[in-house]
Amino acid sequence: MNCFLYNSSVGKKLVMSISGCALVLFIIFHMSMNLTALFSAEAYNMICELLGANWYALVGTAGLAALVVVHFVYALILSINNYRARGAQRYAVETKEPGVSWASKNMLVLGVIVLVGLLLHLSHFWAKMQLVEILGGHESEVGGQMIAATDGAALIQYTFSKWYNVVLYLIWFVALWFHLSHGVWSMFQTAGFANDTWYPRLKCLANIVSTLIFLGFAAVVVVFFIKAQCGCC
Amino acid sequence: MNFTLKIWRQKDAKSKGAFETYKVTDISADTSFLEMLDILNNNLVHEGKDPVAFDHDCREGICGMCSLHINGLAHGPGQNATTCQIYMRKFKDGDTITIEPWRSAAFPVIKDLVVNRGAYDQILQAGGYVSVRTNSVPDANAIPIPKADADESMDAAACVGCGACAATCKNGSAMLFVAARVSSLAKLPQGRVEGARRAKAMVAKMDELGFGNCTNTGACQAECPKGISIAHIARLNREFLAAKLQD
Ligand code: HEM
Ligand code: SF4
Ligand code: FES
Repeated sequence: MNCFLYNSSVGKKLVMSISGCALVLFIIFHMSMNLTALFSAEAYNMICELLGANWYALVGTAGLAALVVVHFVYALILSINNYRARGAQRYAVETKEPGVSWASKNMLVLGVIVLVGLLLHLSHFWAKMQLVEILGGHESEVGGQMIAATDGAALIQYTFSKWYNVVLYLIWFVALWFHLSHGVWSMFQTAGFANDTWYPRLKCLANIVSTLIFLGFAAVVVVFFIKAQCGCC
Repeated sequence: MNFTLKIWRQKDAKSKGAFETYKVTDISADTSFLEMLDILNNNLVHEGKDPVAFDHDCREGICGMCSLHINGLAHGPGQNATTCQIYMRKFKDGDTITIEPWRSAAFPVIKDLVVNRGAYDQILQAGGYVSVRTNSVPDANAIPIPKADADESMDAAACVGCGACAATCKNGSAMLFVAARVSSLAKLPQGRVEGARRAKAMVAKMDELGFGNCTNTGACQAECPKGISIAHIARLNREFLAAKLQD
């Protein structure tokens, strides 16, 4: 293949930037959607029904899967290349350069944590919802009870009544926060939309976006955990 | 002042190197880092030993020859300074100082602390120039250039090609160097004409020579002795992507 998106460093980075940007947009949508669960189980389940095994939700899911695969495969290609470029002989002493964020140097590790969290999350929700419908079913057994494939609210309730899930999801969100605190401004730089005036603004935007995403997701997990503990609702 | 030096010694490109420890004593605080190494070498020669090979030339921060990774930082402690501009007062009496050569797959060690930075020359030869004579000073003034553009071009042109950017980068990326060269010419009418060809040719050469992919850590700009901003990398990305999309 003789295309700059595949055979040049800047082109490969553009693929990272665009796939990352699309994932960020999706994740903002997902986070907003989750927030409805805090207010109304009915409203949340209505969204779940819309996103069942119908053609547009399936196309969307396939698109997202493709984005994750592309982002992940390119991350591996770029990182292996970078490891080689660093050379066989490493520095004996390394000091942190001033102004360089920890996240920016650990994007692959953070990304892999995000991916593991994603697989766990798919097994908790997607496998009990859209997958069940794809396979022609309408409900599945979760923790000894039958839950309908469109009853996302019940799945949330069940999943986050377990403390270990709460801990795992929070670790996942922290890793995502770090990944995006760098990724969200880096994607502009990679695409060429940045300069000295805009760096402070873009970095501020990255912190705001990643923090809102973190708080939005964490709120649902924590609220449902607390509800499960006091048993009042 | 007295120092313990842990210096990378390597006979030639093929040999395996190792750290050796030396002591230097009675060094004045106003000695420059390279003069301190001169004093060490003087002692070594008197003892009949092989002096430490290291790169240097102008010793006033303009040629880019001096290198060295000192206590984990390219060009040692202090920002916007080359190694020849670092003085021993930056260190504490009795310190142990670790001195390593630039480490990057594209900069192989030739001997001790000297590395081959010819890869940067090859990138320059791939397109870091203006192909035709654009005449000398009086004629150049005949073309009005906005002050802001001229300033940005000059800021980028301050690059001395020292290699600290690739040596510091965890990805071994040469982007800051390439960006500085592309940017300094792209901002001037004489260089603008060949902008697209230049960006493509220099990036292609950089990739071919085995430099890594920039992940925007910003370590290069922190360690660049000339304070070149990664804003030039953003411009290089723009230049390159626009050129490719027009192909
Ligand atoms: C599937 C697991 C993931 C892995 C292994 C991964 C890995 C990486 C790596 C290594 C980079 C740095 C690449 C570079 O700058 O050259 C990166 C950048 C980025 N990632 Fe991820 N990531 C993953 C998931 C995600 C997700 C879920 C999102 C969004 C919600 C995301 C958003 C971004 C963004 C916006 C960038 C910045 C792109 C750029 O620097 O131009 N990543 N990722
Ligand atoms: S950009 Fe800075 S660090 Fe890189 S070669 Fe030029 S002067 Fe040296
Ligand atoms: S010796 Fe010329 S810049 Fe240091």
